[in-house]
Amino acid sequence: MKRNILIIGLLVLAATFAQAQVQRGDVLIKNGTVLTITNGTLENTDVLVRNGKITRIAKGIRTPNGVQEIDATGKFVMPGIIDAHSHIAGSAINEGTSQVTAEVSMEDVVNPLDLSIYRALAGGVTSIHLMHGSANVIGGQNETMKLRYGSSNPDDLRFEGAPRTIKFALGENPTRGGRARGIQPQSRMGVEAMLRNSFSDAIEYREKWAAYNANKSTRKVAPEYDLRMETLVDIMAGEVLVHCHSYRADEIYMLMKVFADFGIPRLTFQHANEAYKVAPELAEFGAMASVFADWWAYKLEVYYSTAYNAAILTKNGVTTSINSDSGELIRHLFHEAAKTQKYGDLTDNEALALVTLNPAKQLGIDDRVGSLEVRKDGDIAIFDKHPLSTYAIPLMTFVDGVKYFDRATDKKDQRIFINPESSIADVQIYDAESQHRCMEGANVLSFSDLFKKK
Amino acid sequence: MKKLLTIMLAITLVPLLSFGQEDDQVMKARGGKFALTNAKIYTVTNGVIENGTIIINNGIIEAVGANITIPSDAEVFDYAGREIYPGMIDSGTQLGLKEIGSIQEAQDFREFGAITPHMQALTAVNPNSTAIPVTRVSGVTTALTMPGGGVLPGTAATINLFGYTPDQMFAGSKAMIMNFPSSARRGRRRRQSPEDAKKAMERALKTVNEAWDKAELYAKVQGSDEARYYPEMEALAKVVNGELPLYIEVNAAKDIINAIAWVEDRGYKNVVLTGVSEGWRVAKEIAEAGLPVITGPVQSVPTRQSDAYDAAYANPGAMQQAGVKVAIRSGDTENSRNLPYHAGFAAAYGMGREEALKAVTINAAEIMGVSDQIGSIEVGKKANIFVSTGDPFETSTKILDVYIDGYKIPMTSRQIRLYDEFLNRTPSLKKGDPVIQIKKK
Repeated sequence: MKRNILIIGLLVLAATFAQAQVQRGDVLIKNGTVLTITNGTLENTDVLVRNGKITRIAKGIRTPNGVQEIDATGKFVMPGIIDAHSHIAGSAINEGTSQVTAEVSMEDVVNPLDLSIYRALAGGVTSIHLMHGSANVIGGQNETMKLRYGSSNPDDLRFEGAPRTIKFALGENPTRGGRARGIQPQSRMGVEAMLRNSFSDAIEYREKWAAYNANKSTRKVAPEYDLRMETLVDIMAGEVLVHCHSYRADEIYMLMKVFADFGIPRLTFQHANEAYKVAPELAEFGAMASVFADWWAYKLEVYYSTAYNAAILTKNGVTTSINSDSGELIRHLFHEAAKTQKYGDLTDNEALALVTLNPAKQLGIDDRVGSLEVRKDGDIAIFDKHPLSTYAIPLMTFVDGVKYFDRATDKKDQRIFINPESSIADVQIYDAESQHRCMEGANVLSFSDLFKKK
Repeated sequence: MKKLLTIMLAITLVPLLSFGQEDDQVMKARGGKFALTNAKIYTVTNGVIENGTIIINNGIIEAVGANITIPSDAEVFDYAGREIYPGMIDSGTQLGLKEIGSIQEAQDFREFGAITPHMQALTAVNPNSTAIPVTRVSGVTTALTMPGGGVLPGTAATINLFGYTPDQMFAGSKAMIMNFPSSARRGRRRRQSPEDAKKAMERALKTVNEAWDKAELYAKVQGSDEARYYPEMEALAKVVNGELPLYIEVNAAKDIINAIAWVEDRGYKNVVLTGVSEGWRVAKEIAEAGLPVITGPVQSVPTRQSDAYDAAYANPGAMQQAGVKVAIRSGDTENSRNLPYHAGFAAAYGMGREEALKAVTINAAEIMGVSDQIGSIEVGKKANIFVSTGDPFETSTKILDVYIDGYKIPMTSRQIRLYDEFLNRTPSLKKGDPVIQIKKK
């Protein structure tokens, strides 16, 4: 009996920790123009969130007892923005010690106190895909997060139930690493070989374990457990979604062939500046693309880019999102999406889907977020004007029905405590280049550096 | 007759439908005498003409107004329902000097050494840079292109974004660039200890002052028999003599105050502050000093962790309202085309649309000393203008035509040609393509 109590006690304790301290709120957003994404635009409509979930979208909902009411008359209500490629809130980006590091995970380097999270919320963002860097061919696993800012527990920011994802990288970044270390890959040929070799190794590993499990006996020694191989096996089983850093059309096409050969159906290309050149192939394969609105020319493999990329992909039937990959751009992804109206005449709904429903599909969380629908999460952003207008200002942002940003109460000076003795203000001048964190911490030394006398 | 009508309709519609380049057809700019009629004209300096006409002749705006007689020899463009603006001016780029970011061989904005004031940006401008057509089809017709790095990296030049030689592109003004010693970090650069940062800054300031002390001395002895030719000093002496403006790149509030004091101490005329990220903290002091400002990028993160999230968006408006003359720059090269959106964000966060429009047109022209030629739609000015479907700060707006130096510019760029080629690719998919075949296994 005593033992049972102890077990129950432990279970309760474990459940408390496993649940983390995630807050779920109730709110009624009244009389706004509701941009549902999946069900058109609803004028003068209310959205009710109970215990973190959208429970009703209708006109003239009566405010239930104890539910906070927000007047959105003349304002625009849209699903929280999702950034499918982010490096904010990551205290490390690259594990570059090997060309395959499938065993590591961004889960272990989440910094919940990063101020960039708050600034992203101030841009209407509610979820991010915190990605590993692009220094190696098969990088680490990523972390899909909800921006529940204010908690000091990294686990509170996890998107509970989101599928696991992993970063791959093709082209200049991994070959730069290979050249610097004097190892493979130093060319796009080497990148393909490394991918095929890794998956072939993983199949061998899987078969070894299958044979052992099929015929277990006390006299047999189990094969060595290898977390790297386990992850690759999970990728082939479709349990880990691949998000691949890529630029050129040829390397995008190459990876589709590799995945077709190894029977891996789900694939999202990240950046993919030249995806437009193989849009019919992407559509046929069912691969998706997460691209920039207009970044180009920062390296050779993005020189032949076009800002019409997202529009060409969308019109060819490829599920496309627009991402930030930047602590600056993430604050105006609605504006980045709006650029597709200049470059390719996407409709309002198509443009908004690029930063809501489509990234949700790419992360496998579209049953939870990405549109305003009953039973989906109460992740909502309110704007003063239509979010595709350059003049639109995000006013409030909710995650699970809890308000994490409100422009009306935003402070000019964010310091809680001003140290009267601090004389040196840490001033950092914005530099777009340093927003590219894809190669941060990769320690790309040249091979000869290793043997140089200091 | 019906057939003829169809053909005529086809001839008029084809160029309208496809704004890119046709196969095997070279698109060239055209000069001539043009009448742009029935448009809503934002002159910037003389209000808005609801339904007006602009006559362009020999590259110059010959007439503008509501009741203009159209010369019989002018080619007429009916812009009913369209809006016309003066071409936007990006007062801080490296257009023509930088082609590809990660490749040193494709960059010509930085020379060896910290003090190279005799370097001329104009000389290294590549008129055929891919980014130039990409920029101008978005309505940006003029840019300041700047050397960078070091303390005194060289002389910047304003260029119109059309022409086949740097001299054809030159828009009439140059300026000496100086990077004021900075107490701030740039980007994610490793944090120095406060002591080291202070030392580094003092060292840099000493270098700067030594150079200018020499330049002042050089200016005095210039032309005498004793004076030896000294290219660096020759360049700096132009600033000392007031022949060349000095643009001081400075960002942190403390540095801005120091720079203002430095300028007053030196007594140089025609000084412009550039960057000025923390201008809002010391806007009053900048206004009192009477120094104009070129600021941007507006779409950037605040300089301090403790700052309001929108501090950078609100910066141009705060300075303008304190009485500073403000121009907005993109601070970009390949995406100088985003200048209208930097202005749009400044407009939304306190500056207002009218002032933001000035900040990318007439203010930029006045600050750079070329307002007698560009920056507004006025008789006698260069025909640097664009025609749009509406407010150029909105992303849903299309830029339909651009005129630079009176030339009607082909509305194409590599990015548009790639769109035309790949929107509906031929061939699309073929039976037997491996991606399809293997998938079916």
